[in-house]
Amino acid sequence: MSTHTTITPGDADTPMFYLAEEHHPENGTLLGFWIYLMSDCLIFAVLFAMYGVLGRSYAAGPSGADLFDLTTVAINTAMLLFSSITYGFAMLEMEKGRQGPTLVWLVITGLFGLAFVGLELTEFAHLFHEGATPQRSAFLSSFFTLVATHGLHVSFGIVWLITLMVQVVQKGLIPENKRRLMCLSMFWHFLDVVWIGVFTFVYLMGSLR
Amino acid sequence: MSISPDLLTFVFGRLTFEALPFHEPILVATFAVVALGGAGLLALLTYLKVWGYLWTEWLTTIDHKKIGVMYIIMAVIMLVRGFSDAIMMRLQQAMAFGDAQGYLPPEHYDQIFTAHGVIMIFFVAMPLITGLMNFVVPLQIGARDVAFPFLNNFSFWMTAGGAVLVMISLFIGEFAKTGWLAYPPLSGIAYSPGVGVDYYIWSLQIAGVGTLLSGVNLIATIVKMRAPGMTLMRMPIFTWTALCSNILIVASFPVLTATLVLLSLDRYVGTNFFTNDFGGSAMMYVNLIWIWGHPEVYILVLPAFGVFSEVTATFCGKRLFGYASMVYATVVITILSYLVWLHHFFTMGSGASVNSFFGITTMIISIPTGAKIFNWLFTMYRGRIRFEVPMLWTVSFMVTFTIGGMTGVLLAVPPADFVLHNSLFLIAHFHNVIIGGVVFGMFAGITYWFPKAFGFRLDPFWGKMSFWFWTVGFYFAFMPLYVLGLMGVTRRVNHFEDPSLQIWFVIAAFGAVLIAIGIASFLIQLFVSFRRREALKDVTGDPWNGRTLEWSTSSPPPAYNFALTPVVHDLDAWEDMKRRGYVRPTEGFIPIHMPKNTGAGVILAGVSVVIGFAMIWHIWWLAGLGFVSLLAIAIGHTFNYNRDFHIPADEVVRTEGRRTQLLAAGA
Repeated sequence: MSTHTTITPGDADTPMFYLAEEHHPENGTLLGFWIYLMSDCLIFAVLFAMYGVLGRSYAAGPSGADLFDLTTVAINTAMLLFSSITYGFAMLEMEKGRQGPTLVWLVITGLFGLAFVGLELTEFAHLFHEGATPQRSAFLSSFFTLVATHGLHVSFGIVWLITLMVQVVQKGLIPENKRRLMCLSMFWHFLDVVWIGVFTFVYLMGSLR
Repeated sequence: MSISPDLLTFVFGRLTFEALPFHEPILVATFAVVALGGAGLLALLTYLKVWGYLWTEWLTTIDHKKIGVMYIIMAVIMLVRGFSDAIMMRLQQAMAFGDAQGYLPPEHYDQIFTAHGVIMIFFVAMPLITGLMNFVVPLQIGARDVAFPFLNNFSFWMTAGGAVLVMISLFIGEFAKTGWLAYPPLSGIAYSPGVGVDYYIWSLQIAGVGTLLSGVNLIATIVKMRAPGMTLMRMPIFTWTALCSNILIVASFPVLTATLVLLSLDRYVGTNFFTNDFGGSAMMYVNLIWIWGHPEVYILVLPAFGVFSEVTATFCGKRLFGYASMVYATVVITILSYLVWLHHFFTMGSGASVNSFFGITTMIISIPTGAKIFNWLFTMYRGRIRFEVPMLWTVSFMVTFTIGGMTGVLLAVPPADFVLHNSLFLIAHFHNVIIGGVVFGMFAGITYWFPKAFGFRLDPFWGKMSFWFWTVGFYFAFMPLYVLGLMGVTRRVNHFEDPSLQIWFVIAAFGAVLIAIGIASFLIQLFVSFRRREALKDVTGDPWNGRTLEWSTSSPPPAYNFALTPVVHDLDAWEDMKRRGYVRPTEGFIPIHMPKNTGAGVILAGVSVVIGFAMIWHIWWLAGLGFVSLLAIAIGHTFNYNRDFHIPADEVVRTEGRRTQLLAAGA
């Protein structure tokens, strides 16, 4: 911490007991947001645990192997992974202080995110059409809840992304906006990591069964 | 009638006139009292013209001290509500034997024990510890406020919003009849089709957002905002316990949130997580809720341990014995609290190996806890003990909590638990540790830090009255329950056949009356102390000869807490400063950077209550509208970049100058 340099040793008996200038503790936003993300991670942990326990309770209904179309899921996964890369490019441009390219990469990120959500909704509509609704079995309850919670997070991330783009246009790349973009960046990549778990445990292993 | 029923259902959901409890005389009388009292209070506030003051100085405040005080006021109000439930249950159980049915029908009794548990844990114990941590932690670490002051205000109002929903359930509709953890399948839609469980779910979800965010906030505060020189091993022990408690909050409340979401989906959408058919598993709910629930009890008790540590060190005039071991014990309890959840349902049938594992981990927790008891005892050993009220609570805690701990170890033995599971022995055990640990700790903490918050001490006579009635009342109220539990009486029963049991319930009811006098004494103490505030005044800011930084500033502290940021050289920083001839600075003040008040928190929480109410009564249009406005207001709030200001240096000079005069006049 930068403040340590301001502690004057004084002599051994009467050291300095207060700072002469204003104390500037490090901003805690990124740490706080990181802690929030870990709590969000626990929500997903609960949903994964539910899926782990109930994922084979088909109640004589369809199983993952019957339902999942891995091609759609692969395209979907690609959309989300690309969106993480493009968000990374946006952050690189932000660090260089270039507002225009930052915004362009953010728009591309948002479009990839929208594509992801759109494909997921199409998949859900298809499943509903086949009668595989969340009410059909405990497996489908836990499947829909896990995947849709992730999808809701992505949708919320898109709303947040649009809000931040408006704010960057209004105020430019000021420190507050950079910090906010950094938070959304963590959020976005976090959702990617969660999706890799969903993709592996739900879709890949579900198709194997 | 020209209004079609479809339209009524659309507008009001399932809310009808039948939802109002006109047929329940107890509730009608309660409502009359609450309505009259509420109207009187509103009239008084209007007459005194304090609405503007309340809005600008309290409701919208981001000052951690005021928010802490508001948490505690709310907890005390809810304590009265939760205790009313308790004494109603005690009265019913003392009366209802043989032909006598008592005065509470089962469906009312079931709501009362559920509401009692929910209110006491979520809206009394939690706000008490959160309030105390909010008030004390920034002062103890030499900070100006918490890391996220607006979030702090928002957290408080969300917690208050949850409490409001619980109170609404008293008069509109009903509360859950399921017990305080709402186990399915009983809490599922098939067996609880009414609104009770929905009130339960939404009040806990709204309050839970507040709790989680305040946990994030305090962790970031403690990690990032300590005064220069305050290394982790120089942190006051209360701050340490607050850190561990908040880590537990962040690492367990999401589990509660997720579990309640799954229960809601079962109830609203018709999914099959916890149902009996279509592959659901009710025991998953029980596991998940206790993965939150067990850490929760340590969330409550760790800050109480912190209070006792501060109180013992201060009133014995000694450095805490075994500071490092106290820290390690706290951290070990934090970790172990995640490895014991299954001891709440050994009878689930998970087998001998699993039960043994959780039985052993449970017993292991008593080791660090025992180490703490010895640390307090050795601090007292050869100390100059001043038996002020906080110290009295501490001594009573050490005796009472140890008894509760020992019965806990008994329950941790799976074969014994098969006999005692769900019996009154269990009820006696957890009241023994929660009252003896958390409640006594919070009373000690409130008495100890009250002069810091308000500039005058609490009246010691009424404090001692409260202490004695609580302590004696506790033993009268709960020791009979141990006996009854060993005789096999189960919990949540509102009528008994065997007349030989009655005497024990009568003794327990007598104990509850003593506790009622204890609570009344506490309220009288607040009133009397306010009347005698000149006589009880403390101008030094350090009435107890304290040891930590909060006692180095004035009482009540200025908005900015410390005019100049303190520098820490040792554990017990203020004691170190006093010992080494610290001179209070009287010049060289600088402008201080502070956050601005905002009304966004109270508005967002108000909208959340509306959403919760709409969801409970299936008023879908209102829920949708509420959700859209919530999002819009939250986003709108982020467009406000003008969130802070500077307190000019000459204002700091004036404030500090007044204190210099007071100190000189007092000396």
